[in-house]
Amino acid sequence: MTSPSRLPFYIAVFLLIAAGISLAVWRHVELGIPWLTGEQRPVWMVEARVDFDGSNESVVASLNVPEQPPGFRILTEQAASPGYGFSIIDKAGSRRAEWTKREVVGPQTLYFKAQFIPDPNAEPIPPAQPPKTKRLFWEEPQATAVREILAQAEARSSTPESMTRELIRLMQPDTRVQNTTLLVSEENYLQLLVNMLNHSGIPARTADGLKLEDARRRQQLTPFLQIYNGERWLTLNPKTAAQGVPEDLLLWRQGSESLLDVVGGDNSEISFSMLRQTVPALQLAAMQSDGDGLGFLSFYELPIEEQSMFRMLLLLPLGALVVAFMRIVIGIRTSGTFMPVLIAVAFVQTTLVPGLVAFLSVVAIGLAMRGYLSSLNLLLVSRISALIILVIFITAGLSIFGYQMGFNTGMTVTFFPMVIIAWTIERMSILWEEEGGQEVLVQGSGSLFVAICAYLLMSTPLAGHLTFNFPELHFAILGLILLMGQYTGYKLSELRRFTPMKVYD
Amino acid sequence: MDWISPRALNRLGMLNMNRRNVDYIARYNERSSYPLVDNKLKTKLAVAEYGVKTPKLLQVVKQQHEISRFRQMAEGLAGFAIKPAKGSGGKGITVITGRDGDDYVKASGARVGASVLERHLTNILAGLYSLAGTPDVAIVESLVESAPALARYSHQGVPDIRIVVFQGYPVMAMLRLATTDSDGKANLHQGAVGVGLDIGTGRSLNAVQFNRPITLHPDTGLALENINIDDWEEMLEMASRCYEATGLGYMGVDLVVDANEGPLLLELNARPGLAIQMANGRGLLPRLRAVESLKRPHFTPRERANYAMKTFASL
Repeated sequence: MTSPSRLPFYIAVFLLIAAGISLAVWRHVELGIPWLTGEQRPVWMVEARVDFDGSNESVVASLNVPEQPPGFRILTEQAASPGYGFSIIDKAGSRRAEWTKREVVGPQTLYFKAQFIPDPNAEPIPPAQPPKTKRLFWEEPQATAVREILAQAEARSSTPESMTRELIRLMQPDTRVQNTTLLVSEENYLQLLVNMLNHSGIPARTADGLKLEDARRRQQLTPFLQIYNGERWLTLNPKTAAQGVPEDLLLWRQGSESLLDVVGGDNSEISFSMLRQTVPALQLAAMQSDGDGLGFLSFYELPIEEQSMFRMLLLLPLGALVVAFMRIVIGIRTSGTFMPVLIAVAFVQTTLVPGLVAFLSVVAIGLAMRGYLSSLNLLLVSRISALIILVIFITAGLSIFGYQMGFNTGMTVTFFPMVIIAWTIERMSILWEEEGGQEVLVQGSGSLFVAICAYLLMSTPLAGHLTFNFPELHFAILGLILLMGQYTGYKLSELRRFTPMKVYD
Repeated sequence: MDWISPRALNRLGMLNMNRRNVDYIARYNERSSYPLVDNKLKTKLAVAEYGVKTPKLLQVVKQQHEISRFRQMAEGLAGFAIKPAKGSGGKGITVITGRDGDDYVKASGARVGASVLERHLTNILAGLYSLAGTPDVAIVESLVESAPALARYSHQGVPDIRIVVFQGYPVMAMLRLATTDSDGKANLHQGAVGVGLDIGTGRSLNAVQFNRPITLHPDTGLALENINIDDWEEMLEMASRCYEATGLGYMGVDLVVDANEGPLLLELNARPGLAIQMANGRGLLPRLRAVESLKRPHFTPRERANYAMKTFASL
């Protein structure tokens, strides 16, 4: 049969569901909000320890600290050093932690701790202007040797990268020729490499990396070479010419600044220790989203009290979905359309068994009292009002009785919505008078069954997690409910109800 | 557990609840026409203009203080029916068939005092039986005296004939007989017997109670296979006329046959149940689709009734 086309409707529903899911996926990818509860993420806690001897004068200790290390993101930073003034100073493309104190005597220890999250996509921002090369003045005979080696390397390369690789190869002990032996010593190798590269017009600098291994103490930094290839800085191993930063390598220092300067102290030294920690992924995401503009969709911005209210409210659509499914597709009869959802919400607060016991006893006692009310021939409104008051009496009585008997669960009865219970009792009672006890049993147990199903779904930690952290998923739930509103197929219960039709088939 | 496959139901053309609601009620029934059928008082007045007879209206109780007038009016009456104007599914209908001294005799044989009836009226006014619990009015009608030919099949209560009318075409019909289970009411889900009627002739087809096929009435023990409704064509035409009166595209028309007055309209229903299909052993869908695919609908109720009698019996 023809009807006004439902295509736009289906497209709208599809868009709604797609929007909900893709927004959730996007937030998962961008903000790192985990799909599952209790998901843990590894985090490296690195501690830099600076030791020096104070020589009875004011001290300024300045430590280069990481800024945009490739492959990692910085989660937290903190310094522990009693009695020292501390600040982090950003200047001229380097970040330095600075400790200051007047009158320092004896051995001193300063700590700087930072947490790093491994993130393969973290890349330092390329410099706005290409760095300049510094041409050094070489004395003879070094000047000739440098020229020749550079010419040799240049002849066998085409790009800054290949040039660097060739140069490193030429400088290795097994391939050394006379020219290089003249230049290279163990101490100046890396600085020489940097100088030569700069001389040939390739911006180069040194970097210090820390190899991350769980529970290591007293580690030292290993030097690396960085060259600028016209777009960004590349990191190379100065011995093997291997390009790129290994996964377990944290570049603590990049650029030409010194690692540690201590003014007013002697015998300064630095060592690193590190620990692999795990942090709940959700906490991580919340910490990170604080700063960026993507956090605006989160309920974590609200005060705690409102948050817990929304935790409850955001579960309601799930209950509505269950009710819609049970009534439209399964065909379970319930008393009152959404009474089961409200009962399920109460169950979430009371937990199932105490909630069931409390609910059933309130309704049973209420039904008995309603029997008397119906013989009083009251007007409907005053009868319901009387019933509400009676329900409150019953719940108060049950609470006090339960408490005296030592069951704290008796108190949970107060979570049930009184007016809803009163109406439930009224409806059940009328149903009883008109259709008999069996129908009361059918609808009552149907309602309870749906309520328990909704409760089981709503009380799973995953449901609470997803609805609260991905509120956009409610678009998808809304879409599903709209789709069910268009379901014209047979209900499961109808397959049973129409069974006698088999004989006519 | 016994199940029927959805495919078999499709073959039979069984209309189901969801499809009825979405494809028929929501599409063909104007929301604004609902008060006409949900309020028996309005129904009476609306159909009267189209020549459809209903039981005689004795009194309308609109306010609490009018209840005292009910007692005066009821004094002289032997039988009457009290109905909530907005009741549904036969809820709140009390039928008084006679008097026993000061007491009134209900259809079930129980005797009740006038105070009980007044309390009942109070409940009706408060909206206890109305669809949304809204305040209601009570109507008092003269008692229908069922034509004996049909009355003998029914245990208490008046047998009524439910005709589903779609776009003014009577598409399916059944006879509803009260039983002890249904407490004198003619509602199938309360336990009344439904007897399918051949739309072409008015003869009985099959009978069901509680969705199960039966051949004898559970109380009267009478065979249900050879019932024949008199004046069938007139009844179909009457049902068809209700379409003009209300404008509802998909509705259930409940008729009774009064011994003196002939066919009377009891009430209209904008959400007729699905059990009629089981009583007939046929699905509604083929007939509904036949009506929907008509290129030129018939204009008069008589033409539509004749078309239905000719065409639908074989669908």
